[in-house]
Amino acid sequence: MSDSEKKKPNRRDFILTATTAAGAVGVGAAVWPLIDQMNPDASVKALASTEVDISSVQPGQSITVLWRGKPVFIKRRTKEEIDSARNVNLKDLKHPEKDEDRAKNPEWLVTLGICTHLGCVPLTNKGDYEGGWFCPCHGSHYDTSGRIRSGPAPTNLEVPEYKFVDSNTIKIG
Amino acid sequence: MSSHEYTPKSKFGKWFNDRLPLLTLANHLTDYPTPKNLNYWWTFGGILTFCLITQIITGIVLGMHYIAHADLAFASVEHIMRDVNYGWLIRYVHANGASMFFLAVYIHIFRALYYGSYKSPREMIWIIGMLIYFLMMATAFLGYVLPWGQMSFWGATVITNLFSAIPLIGESITNWLWGGYSVDNPTLTRFFSLHYLFPFLILGLVILHIWALHVPGNNNPIGIDLKKPSKDTVPFHPYIVIKDLFALLIFLLVFAFFVFYSPNILGHSDNYIEANPLVTPAHIVPEWYLLPFYAILRSVPDKLLGVIAMFAAIFVLVILPWLDTSKVRSALFRPIYKQFYWFLVADVLILGYMGAMPAEGTYLLIARVATAYYFIHFLIILPMLGKKEKTLEVPLSLTEPVLGGSASTAMARDDLKLKSLG
Repeated sequence: MSDSEKKKPNRRDFILTATTAAGAVGVGAAVWPLIDQMNPDASVKALASTEVDISSVQPGQSITVLWRGKPVFIKRRTKEEIDSARNVNLKDLKHPEKDEDRAKNPEWLVTLGICTHLGCVPLTNKGDYEGGWFCPCHGSHYDTSGRIRSGPAPTNLEVPEYKFVDSNTIKIG
Repeated sequence: MSSHEYTPKSKFGKWFNDRLPLLTLANHLTDYPTPKNLNYWWTFGGILTFCLITQIITGIVLGMHYIAHADLAFASVEHIMRDVNYGWLIRYVHANGASMFFLAVYIHIFRALYYGSYKSPREMIWIIGMLIYFLMMATAFLGYVLPWGQMSFWGATVITNLFSAIPLIGESITNWLWGGYSVDNPTLTRFFSLHYLFPFLILGLVILHIWALHVPGNNNPIGIDLKKPSKDTVPFHPYIVIKDLFALLIFLLVFAFFVFYSPNILGHSDNYIEANPLVTPAHIVPEWYLLPFYAILRSVPDKLLGVIAMFAAIFVLVILPWLDTSKVRSALFRPIYKQFYWFLVADVLILGYMGAMPAEGTYLLIARVATAYYFIHFLIILPMLGKKEKTLEVPLSLTEPVLGGSASTAMARDDLKLKSLG
């Protein structure tokens, strides 16, 4: 076989390439359902939002509710806690976020109760920061805005999507 | 490999073997020439096979009574302990069997490290062995989640969250692993399914491990190549079979001690509290056999780098045959390596202890030093040592140390020198 003959694709090469390509698409289409079945299913997604009655929460108090199987902290902050959260120099923060952006209504802080390190539940009113949180697993300290101040956690406690349905009810999700 | 052709004696045997050569395989396994100087550290391969079979049998039985559902799992385990006939025994054998399995595998691995069993031409045996070890850790982790106690739940949460360290796609991966937005019932059911599957994958890899072993044959304490079969070898059956069985008996004494006298000493009491997604136990610790890696994870202050360091700690073992540059296998002839070997043993034990302690203050400092030394051992000391170390003279055969200085071995040595000079 000469060089020019080698380079020129013939009908067999075309059929081989086309068959392999069709086969690869077929295998991919067959494998995808097997992978996707592990993703959150319809029944899990159906529970994606929850409404919480907050009328009984006193200033300085924090409640924990379950949303999507995860704990959510709803904290009614005192005047001093709001001030201490707002008077922090952003340069001192590992993950700089203004308290104003985290708590639209300054009295209420809503965050996921999940340490951003490896997912433990931090303890309320513990740690180096007054009115903040402390994760007992690997020692992360959060301030009263749920922001990471020291320890291995990379980011602040996540603020979930939520809105006030009325003055006594928060809808999370 | 035995070189002679095997022919079954009976007519039926011959008829059968011509169609499916199982008898040839059996004959190979019984006649398999084994170095005659193997010591008791070489009996752990057989012990490990026993452990795997024990875990599979007790596991299948437990699966007949266990219910993989977040609301029922915890109660079904207690049902096994209290109601099922001999359920307490089968569960304790299975739970402690996992610890015994790891005890044996660590001895097996450290034996290979001491006698250089991972070196050419045995790299494939070693790599398959490391795959088995990795799958064992995964299987043990999945199994620990099934009783759905507090340690089960929070151990699962911490370990699956390791994947959230991956940039960009981390969260999608954890949601995919969980089948939801946190560890919950979908997580439990898939963990049960995979916990049932993995031991059979391990079994397949064990067959490949032994197959790869039977190509070059066993390494031995002297670490030299042997002519097989020869005066330096004995047939696997009955010599090694009996020795392995005797070692297994001693091993079973230890096993039985744990099962019958302190079945919960290796577990954590928090796992007798049902899983509660709202409360994290004050002190999360993995099972003892994962502690060194846990210590490495925690000693790195950055989340992603910590996860990378932990997986790297396993990966350096996989590429060990190429990190250790020394041509001499056995530590018996490597006086400096021998010392570093014991440093490594101490280092891993220290890491294990630090993994069980809270990650703060002096503990954290020691864990960091030990983590650094672990990588220095494999990535710096071993590659350099192989080039610099002055090794002792290696005997030419297993009989030479006994017949040492005889005219024939001296001649053989001279002969070899001439050959190597070309």
